[in-house]
Amino acid sequence: MLNAYLENTLVYDPALCNGCGMCVDVCPHAAFEMNGRLAVLVRPQACMECGACRLNCVTGAIHVESGVGCAAAMIQAALLGKKEAECSCG
Amino acid sequence: MINLASIASESKIFPVQSRLTAANRWDHFLARLGVKRGGHRVEPGLYALGSPTPDSPVFVSANYSLSFDALRASLDGIDAYILVLDTRGINVWCAAGKGSFGTDEIVNRVFATQLKQVVTHRKLILPQLGAPGVAAHAVKQRTGFWVEYGPVRAADLPEYLKTHTATLEMRKVTFSLRDRLVLIPVELTLTFLPMLAAAIILYFVGGWVSSLAAILAVLAGILLFPILLPWIPTHNFSTKGFLLGFLVAIPFALSPFLRHPDWSWYHRLGQALEFLLAMPAVTAFIALNFTGSTTFTSRSGVKREMFAYIPAMAWTFGTGILLAILFIFVR
Repeated sequence: MLNAYLENTLVYDPALCNGCGMCVDVCPHAAFEMNGRLAVLVRPQACMECGACRLNCVTGAIHVESGVGCAAAMIQAALLGKKEAECSCG
Repeated sequence: MINLASIASESKIFPVQSRLTAANRWDHFLARLGVKRGGHRVEPGLYALGSPTPDSPVFVSANYSLSFDALRASLDGIDAYILVLDTRGINVWCAAGKGSFGTDEIVNRVFATQLKQVVTHRKLILPQLGAPGVAAHAVKQRTGFWVEYGPVRAADLPEYLKTHTATLEMRKVTFSLRDRLVLIPVELTLTFLPMLAAAIILYFVGGWVSSLAAILAVLAGILLFPILLPWIPTHNFSTKGFLLGFLVAIPFALSPFLRHPDWSWYHRLGQALEFLLAMPAVTAFIALNFTGSTTFTSRSGVKREMFAYIPAMAWTFGTGILLAILFIFVR
């Protein structure tokens, strides 16, 4: 595996887009751009699965399995037998 | 649930200034060192910055002192209200990830502070990085307040407030050398005691070279890795760590050949292999753990990395240690 970050869980259905532009505003990696009255997923590989776009998309056009991309948290969760990793930093 | 008593007690407005004091800076210094993690808090509630009027903007922040202070310091000369959420002393982005900087907390805090009686407009300006925890449309529905996502960095606020539109640069997170450097003291604080313990044990078992190897393998991960991150080839953090650890291990691998020409060839080769196997594994593990400190790694990507490389780390580290133990008995 040369690059573990080439794929992610972000799925966008442009058919449901109402053009509000919220996803463009909240994405910290500029994955979306507006093209006229429609959001376009221009940089899918830049997604870090923070989930901001999904939560702020009123029509439910975006799906992403969001969570913390932190090995330390996931290792801790695995060691403690927890299902979901929670970040434990301050 | 909000009861009347909590409204009465929380409806006061705290005065605050934009200027940071020496005490604030000392608190920031300690926070950056990782001293009293989670203890760098401000009281949640409504703050009046300067002399705001009912038309003044309302900014929302976390009750982590570094977050709150970055906001108020950036609003120099601007009269505004600051609504501080209870994020348990955690910064905006991390708290948003956990949901404590979130829709429910905003709704509760808007009602508890009676914000509707304080300002005449109905707009909250949030830091963009609060968005993973906040559904703007839900806040509007439940409180009547529109959510406007401001820039990522508070420092961009004066520019942003001129037009209330963020440029692409204001919307993007970065991870500059400076951003990475400020993380090093915290990581050092967290690893110092385990590193010291390992170094002391190794000193008695294998001498000062082994002790130094442990310290340098850890420091390569804690100090060098964050600095060199963008320039180390390969994409995955684990392989970057293996590579860096391998480079640091080379002088140690050469040491038995230079220091012990009297040893048998297999003893010298054995000790060289100990360092070449165990040291990169330690650096790689620390590098993998750095994913949580970055601004760009996805959960699914980190998971893929963990499954692919943690077994390799365990095997190489285990084999290196086993060899070391073996050569205590075999000479």
